[in-house]
Amino acid sequence: MNSFLRTFARNRGAVIGLCILVAVVAIAILAPLLYPGSPWRMVHRPFLAPFVLDRAPLGSDTVGRDILAGLVHGSRVSLLIGLVSTLVALLVGVPLGAISGYFGGWVDAALMRVTEFFQTIPSFALAIVIVSILQPSVGSIVLAIAIVSWPPVARLVRGEVLSVRTRDYVQAAIVTGQPVHKVILTEVLPNVVSPVIVLASLMTATAILLESSLSFLGLGDPNVMSWGYMVGSGRSRVLDQWWISFIPGTAIFVTVLALNLIGEGLNDAFNPSLRGRRT
Amino acid sequence: MTFALFLLRKALGAAVILIAIAALNFFLLRLAPGDPAQVMAGEAGAGDAVFLQQLRERFGLDRSLAEQFWLYIKGMLSLDLGFSYRQQRPVLDLILERLPATLLLTGTALIISLAAGVTLGVVAARRVGRASDSAIMTGSLVFYAMPLFWLAIIAQIVFSKYLGWLPNVGYESMGAGYTGARRTLDIGWHLIMPATTLGLFFTAVYARMMRSSMIEVSRFDYVKTAYAKGLTPGAVVRHHMVPNAILPVVTLAGLQAGQLVGGSLLVETVFAWPGIGRLLFDALLQRDYQVLLGVFFTCSAMVILFNILTDLMYRFVDPRIEAVS
Repeated sequence: MNSFLRTFARNRGAVIGLCILVAVVAIAILAPLLYPGSPWRMVHRPFLAPFVLDRAPLGSDTVGRDILAGLVHGSRVSLLIGLVSTLVALLVGVPLGAISGYFGGWVDAALMRVTEFFQTIPSFALAIVIVSILQPSVGSIVLAIAIVSWPPVARLVRGEVLSVRTRDYVQAAIVTGQPVHKVILTEVLPNVVSPVIVLASLMTATAILLESSLSFLGLGDPNVMSWGYMVGSGRSRVLDQWWISFIPGTAIFVTVLALNLIGEGLNDAFNPSLRGRRT
Repeated sequence: MTFALFLLRKALGAAVILIAIAALNFFLLRLAPGDPAQVMAGEAGAGDAVFLQQLRERFGLDRSLAEQFWLYIKGMLSLDLGFSYRQQRPVLDLILERLPATLLLTGTALIISLAAGVTLGVVAARRVGRASDSAIMTGSLVFYAMPLFWLAIIAQIVFSKYLGWLPNVGYESMGAGYTGARRTLDIGWHLIMPATTLGLFFTAVYARMMRSSMIEVSRFDYVKTAYAKGLTPGAVVRHHMVPNAILPVVTLAGLQAGQLVGGSLLVETVFAWPGIGRLLFDALLQRDYQVLLGVFFTCSAMVILFNILTDLMYRFVDPRIEAVS
């Protein structure tokens, strides 16, 4: 564990990423304290430029909502949807991958066909269809993102399980007559945790991008402020009041970058021998 | 395996997936709350009674679910993607009208990103750890994390508004009435910004992949042999390393076809590019589900076609594949 932390800490990008992420999480938690009240309230005159008014440090949007307030509240949705949809995708992908890799044979063949099918479907287009048919809400967005992001988890876990299953300690557990679910849970899965953690951090980044893209197209939850919605709402005035779209976009970019950096740092720390070889 | 057999197997696989996607479409439509006929017509109250009755008959909405399913799949197989009440036209017509623009955009973006990504990856791999390598890797990290729609907006602000180099939106100059070569040039001019924006994300991905693939390949004996027989470093890279290192990049390009199509939906929306992405955006605003599902079906078909093309390319780049399979 110590050498793991040391390797991670030596990766400058990963540490910077972690600092950014901690800051964003803190802002999301403290949002109601930092900006009490609804971020939808129109509190200024519209199209206020940043750094002009002390009360609105980042200016106001097309209808006079405070951009900083939107940014602070929007962080909650981005992080929440990113995390929850990744968790749901893991809950689907890990068991499917484990079953597929452990049992092999026709079970594996069938499950992998289904996985390949979901990998072929263009994920963003499917997410759009699901959210728009179920009506946009946090729940439908989480569901849509989870549905399009579990296949890589299943494939990764399957591959790892395939190689772990043949190891002696797993065979020993089987021979001693332990039930299948116990072998999978206590002997096989603990050995696949590290690559799954790396993948999960990258998936959270992708989920945040997906959520923001959906709300940019008007498919965000209409009851919660989100960064993607803010970019979309400023789009009609982008050539004149560019900051209305630019500022929330920066927030998405920085958060996603931080998560990618962390993912890379974790990967290097888990696999010291592979450093610098991963893409 | 002979080439004909290979194509036949691919075609069969594609047909199965397309039918599965049609089935998915059918169930997605049934997920929508409310009367299916109303849902298909658009928002409640969008279609008049006559049209709703037509829909019920066409899709057999008063019959059993199994019969409905059969009717739907039969319709899809004969390429009947439904009728847009909003636009008063068959969905297939709407899509076919917009498809060339999308193919032009995604195709150009793919070529740009493969060319730039492979070049940058090779450059970085030859200078591992040096300034140019770090610059390329940092750049790819940055573009990998950028929301595509945001990058598109920034490009508009910088290159249209402030520099005035490129047209802001659209497919060609409105009302200019260009024909022939002038028109082609004009479309190309409008294509630069959307295609580059879409391509940058994939350039980042391919550059990273190509770099690590080149590093991997450099450890093989045939590379040492090539150096040992006195070839210049440039010749070793060109003739021995790149042809081998490019294989995983081709695989990756195939896997990411869906993302390319998805990205094009966003880029088209920002740049008012008249492709199926723009059509989808309008359909979203009007809750025109028939068009929505039609676009989804078309996107999936594009991905399948693209995957077959990558497989073909793969066989072309690496003849050993044929021997193995």
